[in-house]
Amino acid sequence: MTGGRAPWVLLGPACLAGALALLPLGYLAVRALERGPGFAWSVVTTEGTAQLMGRSLALALAVVLACLILGISLAWLTVRTALPGVRAWAVAATLPLAVPSYVAAFAWLSAVPGLAGFTGSAVALTLVSYPYVYLPVAAALRGLDPAHEEAARSLGLGPVATFARVVLPHLRPAAAGGGLLVALYVLSDFGAVSLMRYDTFTRGIYVSYQASFDRTPAAALSVVLVLMTVGLVALETRTRGRRRHARTGSGTARPPVPVPLGRMTAPALAWCGAAVSAAVVFPLATLAYWLLTGQRSTWDLPRLAETAGATLGAAAAGALLTTALALPVGVVAARYRGRAAELLEQAAYAGHALPGITVALALVFFAVRYVHPIYQELPLLVCAYAVLFLPIAVTATRAAVLQSPPVLEDVARSLGHRPLRVLRTITVPLAAPGVAAGAALTFVVCMKELPATLLLRPTGMDTLATRLWTETGVGAYADAAPYAAVLILLAAVPSYLLGRHRT
Amino acid sequence: MRNPLRRFTSVLAVAALLTPLATACGGEDGDAGSDDAGIVVYSGRNEKLVQPLLDKLEKAVGTGVEVRYGGSAELAAQLLEEGDKTEADLFFSQDAGALGALAKEGRLDKLPEPVLGKVPAQFRGSGGDWVGVSGRVRVLAYNPDKVDKAPDSVRDLTKPEWKGKVGYAPTNASFQAFVTGMRVLDGEDATRKWLKGMKDNGVKAYDNNNAVLDAVDSGEVSVGLINHYYWYEKVAEKGADGVTAKLHFLPGGDPGALVNVAGVGLLKGSGQRDAALKAAEFLLSAEAQTYFSDETKEYPLAAGVTSKVPDLPPLESLKAPEIDLGKLESLQETLAMLQEAGMV
Repeated sequence: MTGGRAPWVLLGPACLAGALALLPLGYLAVRALERGPGFAWSVVTTEGTAQLMGRSLALALAVVLACLILGISLAWLTVRTALPGVRAWAVAATLPLAVPSYVAAFAWLSAVPGLAGFTGSAVALTLVSYPYVYLPVAAALRGLDPAHEEAARSLGLGPVATFARVVLPHLRPAAAGGGLLVALYVLSDFGAVSLMRYDTFTRGIYVSYQASFDRTPAAALSVVLVLMTVGLVALETRTRGRRRHARTGSGTARPPVPVPLGRMTAPALAWCGAAVSAAVVFPLATLAYWLLTGQRSTWDLPRLAETAGATLGAAAAGALLTTALALPVGVVAARYRGRAAELLEQAAYAGHALPGITVALALVFFAVRYVHPIYQELPLLVCAYAVLFLPIAVTATRAAVLQSPPVLEDVARSLGHRPLRVLRTITVPLAAPGVAAGAALTFVVCMKELPATLLLRPTGMDTLATRLWTETGVGAYADAAPYAAVLILLAAVPSYLLGRHRT
Repeated sequence: MRNPLRRFTSVLAVAALLTPLATACGGEDGDAGSDDAGIVVYSGRNEKLVQPLLDKLEKAVGTGVEVRYGGSAELAAQLLEEGDKTEADLFFSQDAGALGALAKEGRLDKLPEPVLGKVPAQFRGSGGDWVGVSGRVRVLAYNPDKVDKAPDSVRDLTKPEWKGKVGYAPTNASFQAFVTGMRVLDGEDATRKWLKGMKDNGVKAYDNNNAVLDAVDSGEVSVGLINHYYWYEKVAEKGADGVTAKLHFLPGGDPGALVNVAGVGLLKGSGQRDAALKAAEFLLSAEAQTYFSDETKEYPLAAGVTSKVPDLPPLESLKAPEIDLGKLESLQETLAMLQEAGMV
């Protein structure tokens, strides 16, 4: 049953999550209009703003296209073909999630200084964010009954036409959802573009804070970023159309026969190898180089362990809260149509392209006024993670719920079960693997977060990312390398599980 | 077999639930001591540079001291957002601009005359609400194998004889502060013309001051625009014979000789004003000033302390341009100008 109004047991918590996600927007309204709408309008309508917007959108478009090509091709190769070592490649393809964008950008910049600018930003951002496309597309491919393709082939379509006309349309929702996350990630990224010296909208916002110490223009610009986000989300919603993505019965599909690659084996291996080397091996090699060439590489092991522990704890709490908040939003978005459901999903995404510093300042603004006791304590940092990364968990939850047939819930309800019980006994258990995948993904991005962590962490607490920032701030790359390496290795664990994950 | 990802998520959940407990137990002593008695310092200066010094604050002030590190600009924005509800008592900024911004919004308390008086007037806020504690001078580094001497003004670097021979770090905050200073001294048009002249003269861009100095040292460029302490650190690391590059301190109040400062201000509404003031005084004490001169190779600013770093000319002997450092916050226009010139 799709349509109708969601029961309060879902709508209540979902609205709470939506309200939390909208906090930064409330703050932006206060700050942007501080000197009257006229001033905000004058900031937004300068020629420079339009230029920055164009540059940001151009970068987002390039990165999304590159991620789609890389993500879909790797997904098809690792799920559907007889690629040698296919399981290892499936895991390796998700590992770039563990690499922070600023580390990737730094690695590329130090190796090829000429990359600075658009090209370098696009390369670094593509390599760290294509798993956002790869993961959902690979999952969708696995869930796709090969009978469709066999029918198409038996009716005379060639392999390429079959892929384009039968497989791709089924992958569209997964690819579009992943592409949206990539686009929003590119819009919000500061680390890579600032190292690559490519001026984007977000960099403009940072410069406004750093150069003029003025929060009003920064807020006005942020509002534009929110509007761009809403536009992108609407665009993605339209690509979903009215298709149904769940099979009515439980799986009867045979596992697909792996496509033999034949003469294409070597190029396919080279393609996978190049992607993984560029995205994972190369940054790790750069870290090793830092370690070996550094003046003094002091391994402060107790400190490293303590920092790693604090990072894991904060990221785990962040992932848990984010997933809990995303669950009702994801279920409502998957199962119900109508204004309320649509607005809720929009709300969850609205702030996702905002730079971390803006979200952090918004939380500073509200926390010092209304919840001062937890200001600069762990609970506030965890809330910040939830605000920042809610869409990642919502996307995963929604996709997981969509894959289970709604008829089971209808039956349960017709047998007299109350909504909460249906949720507990049917919806959540069926969606659990996908929800867990979302939690793991959120955990990884929490670990890498820097700007909000710097402002909101409990005094004296260091995460691996803040430590990395401190060490590189004085050019102590040899001292920074262990923190970067541990960050990547720890984030690689959930990434590895995501790569092995089979829905 | 259960899905490993779900098992991982269960572990995650347990870890998440245990974390608040662990931090509560671990953090107890710190919290109990600090909220009532201690002071909170927001430091925009890097932990690696100043932590050994700030570790001594507790003894000097006589109460607990908590330090939060971050970027100066981000911390300034945070302090403005916190307003009078801030828990910070002292702001230790990497540059004068962030202090100027807080002063402009009325967030800084006026410092008492004896504290201000320790530092020459040009290195403190014009309203007496912040005071510089250490200085860094913009200089020209040159390679004596390539050129006999560096020019006496940055204005000369646009001349044909320097074509393709100059290195700089356009994204570096100190370089941008220097350009802002030039705008104040020479005016907008002259500065724009100078930037264009530099660009047309084939000035080479590097990531940071260290890279510029390395390029001068290797002869890749003949002259580089840097902060003085990079050279002294390199000499301390490699020995005087290991460094080819020499420094030229620009005379006559040239914009290229701008002195930038790191400084401190007391937050209004601090419940710990006396302790915070003691902390500021400590940063101007002989011990702290010697630390800046010996460890970070910066200029001590408090009267009566001179740097013992060999070959470092005394600050009084330098002819720095006369600029109100708090005004260097108008960096936005500088950046627009640098972008216009295609430099950043």
